[in-house]
Amino acid sequence: MFSYCLRRCLAAVPVMIVVALFVFLLLRLSPGDPAAIIAGDMATPAQLERIRASLGLDQPLYLQFFQWTGALLRGDFGTSLMSNLPVTQLMAQRLEPTISLALFSIVLSVVIAVPMGVVAAWKHGSLIDKAVMSLSVLGFSVPVFVIGYLLIKLFAIDLGWLPVQGFSRLSESGFLPFLQHAILPATMLSTIYIALIARMTRASMLDVLGEDFIRTAHAKGASEKRVLFKHALRNAGVPILEVIGTGFALMITGVVVTESVFNIPGLGRLTVDAILSRDYPVIQGLILVTSGVYVLINLAIDLSYALLDPRIRYQ
Amino acid sequence: MTAMQAMPPSPTAPAETVLELRELVVRTQSSPAKTILKGISFDIAAGETLCLVGESGSGKSVTSLAIMGLLPKGILEVARGEIHLERQALLSATSRQLRDLRAQRVAMIFQEPMTALNPLMRVGEQIEEVLVMHQRGLSSGQRRERVLDMLDQVQLPDIERVYESWPHQLSGGQRQRIMIAMALILEPRLLIADEPTTALDVTTQQQILKLIKALQQRHGTSVLFITHDMGVVADIADRVCVMRHGEVVETQPIEALLRHPRTDYTRQLLQAVPSLRPRPAREVMSPEVVLEAIELEMRYGGTSRWQRLRGQSGTGKLAAHDISFALRRGRTLGIVGESGSGKSTVARCVMRMIAPTGGGVRVLGKDIASLGRAALKPHRKRIQMIFQDPFRSLNPRLTVGASLIEGPVNYGTPKAEALTRAAELLALVGLPEDALERYPHQFSGGQRQRIAIARALAMEPDVLVADEAVSALDVSVQTQVLALLADIQQRLGVAVLFITHDLRVAAQICDEVMVMQQGEIVEYGPAGEVLGAPKHAYTQSLMLAAPGRHWDFAGFKPLDEVYRAERPGVSLAR
Repeated sequence: MFSYCLRRCLAAVPVMIVVALFVFLLLRLSPGDPAAIIAGDMATPAQLERIRASLGLDQPLYLQFFQWTGALLRGDFGTSLMSNLPVTQLMAQRLEPTISLALFSIVLSVVIAVPMGVVAAWKHGSLIDKAVMSLSVLGFSVPVFVIGYLLIKLFAIDLGWLPVQGFSRLSESGFLPFLQHAILPATMLSTIYIALIARMTRASMLDVLGEDFIRTAHAKGASEKRVLFKHALRNAGVPILEVIGTGFALMITGVVVTESVFNIPGLGRLTVDAILSRDYPVIQGLILVTSGVYVLINLAIDLSYALLDPRIRYQ
Repeated sequence: MTAMQAMPPSPTAPAETVLELRELVVRTQSSPAKTILKGISFDIAAGETLCLVGESGSGKSVTSLAIMGLLPKGILEVARGEIHLERQALLSATSRQLRDLRAQRVAMIFQEPMTALNPLMRVGEQIEEVLVMHQRGLSSGQRRERVLDMLDQVQLPDIERVYESWPHQLSGGQRQRIMIAMALILEPRLLIADEPTTALDVTTQQQILKLIKALQQRHGTSVLFITHDMGVVADIADRVCVMRHGEVVETQPIEALLRHPRTDYTRQLLQAVPSLRPRPAREVMSPEVVLEAIELEMRYGGTSRWQRLRGQSGTGKLAAHDISFALRRGRTLGIVGESGSGKSTVARCVMRMIAPTGGGVRVLGKDIASLGRAALKPHRKRIQMIFQDPFRSLNPRLTVGASLIEGPVNYGTPKAEALTRAAELLALVGLPEDALERYPHQFSGGQRQRIAIARALAMEPDVLVADEAVSALDVSVQTQVLALLADIQQRLGVAVLFITHDLRVAAQICDEVMVMQQGEIVEYGPAGEVLGAPKHAYTQSLMLAAPGRHWDFAGFKPLDEVYRAERPGVSLAR
């Protein structure tokens, strides 16, 4: 088990190197002088020269790369051109709202979608099954911002139960205010993943329910509940986990719309702002961090397969 | 020793009836409904073994599922009839009552031990689950004790370790023992065994059958044993119930059924069982050797690139070692062995689906063992293969005609000519010409295997490799396909490499037989000698494990009566 973990972790290293190289080249290979891009239209030649020197642009490319990665390893992601704050500090501020929102949304999705899928598979072909399938088509096809504005109209404006916009940090003001602010954006973010996970759970469960060992479980006199949850669901788990993991990774980068609709100060908003103002160091930092999160999540998925299925451990 | 010889003289008082089926009718829930079971009736007495025999589609498995209350929901339903287990009516029982009944009073084991266990639960836990569900009062220590005791009863070695094992760490035979332990731990009155040994090797099969018998006697269990194998029936049954197309054809005590079948269908079924006695030797058609293996060796996953660089050989698994044989035109060589013996590896090597790691393969005198892809192409058409499962070996999206001409067209035959030839081939294998336009799913298993044979012959090969080519077929169909192969061989002079685990089939079709064990040839010679008077201990053990070896099914009498008639004064004392 340990060597399996180690091998999977080592496999992540080359991926991150390639990502770093890509991010590095992003700025160097974009058309025009990077210093000019950074300095903007109004810069004087002296200012350009100073920026060039400070970025090390007068040195050979490979040296620049090593210096840059060296700085990265020390935790130095550069300085934002707009706010003059360190990129790490900017991202750290924005990380919590995004991660807590994504986590909350994925938990919400799993709690709703998995039982839906299990019941749909169990009552295959019934009215419940058809209802679940129709709802999931709906979840796929309605644009997320439409759902967001509908939710705001209903729960915040008409009923007045929840705040219209804004965010409350879990670390500062506690769980209840966080919940009040997060429940609408999380619902909005979840719809598509509920649809996705419910469909995958249903399909995977249908496969497993046709297996011989399910018949064995029935022949042992196991109750329906026991057959479904103890025998079938775990065996159906690998593809479901896959969807949940990828869903979570996509959420971290896919929160842009949600954060805009609900005015949440997260990574998504930071990304939009950085791109609009061509704040290259911030863009670079964001790409690195999100790729890192992707790699970590994929690693976690792979390792959880091994925990779930004893046959994987020994391969 | 057979069951008949072991059976005590018939008891004077009739034994108590454990299971009773009366006029059971099961039909599909589609419209229009199709009747699957058309009024089945039989009884099983306490401690008795009743064999339910029939070919595929006879309804024997549906009968067992109906008893367990496990008919697939929304697909099959009981329309009429009664099932009584110890006088309790099962068809009117609630689903809760049925659940309580399962494992406690009636248990079931299945055909495929490889898939019947939950792959994500330790086997000990899976057996223990039966106790968790049905014996609430037990502490976890007591449960563990009961499970270990049961593992001991099914004669598994190192039971503490087995308890903690995952299913994939156990062999097929061991898994079937786990299934039996799971089924019998609550001492049910009735055990339903649905083809429990069909997927196992003969020696394992024999052990499992003995185990079931021993546990049955120890616990007084009645057994409903479902099988298509008359040999197994002859060895274990007290009574036999023959089924066909959802009806009971006849029910008789075993010896009466084997000696005096009442119906033509049972008679045909018995006559279709190939005899274990090798058929008379055929004359050699031609001295020309078409396929030759010379000290063939196949080592899997052995030598790493690093080891090869340093000139070392690897530590991989030796799947075939020192395999040499010669196959003449028009002859059939059988490779016989259990799973893992390396027989399929040899077939793959001579087909050059894999490259052997040592030795030579000569086709018509030309060594192809180390040829590259391009150089192999002209030789590929010389050897063609027929696979085990005709339901998967034909592309379901291609018409039969398209499947038949694909090979020849690849080798440059004009399409029209290939089609004409395909029609001739269909006639040769006994199928109508309009089959060309149809798709594989429109044919039965036997017909599909005929198509597979025609497909192989379309390349005009010198050698056919048949890997378990009749194992998936019912005996009556099996006989027809084997007869077809022999007929084609006579007409076209093609040589056949016939790979099988079935000694009966080998005895009836092979001229020479090669017995393999753990990648090596243990005995090789004319079929009459190898199977008629085996010299090697392993071949002897295979022959001894062959179910129903005491019976001459086609002659309706035990073999020693046959021998006595042939050679008065000599008995079958082996």
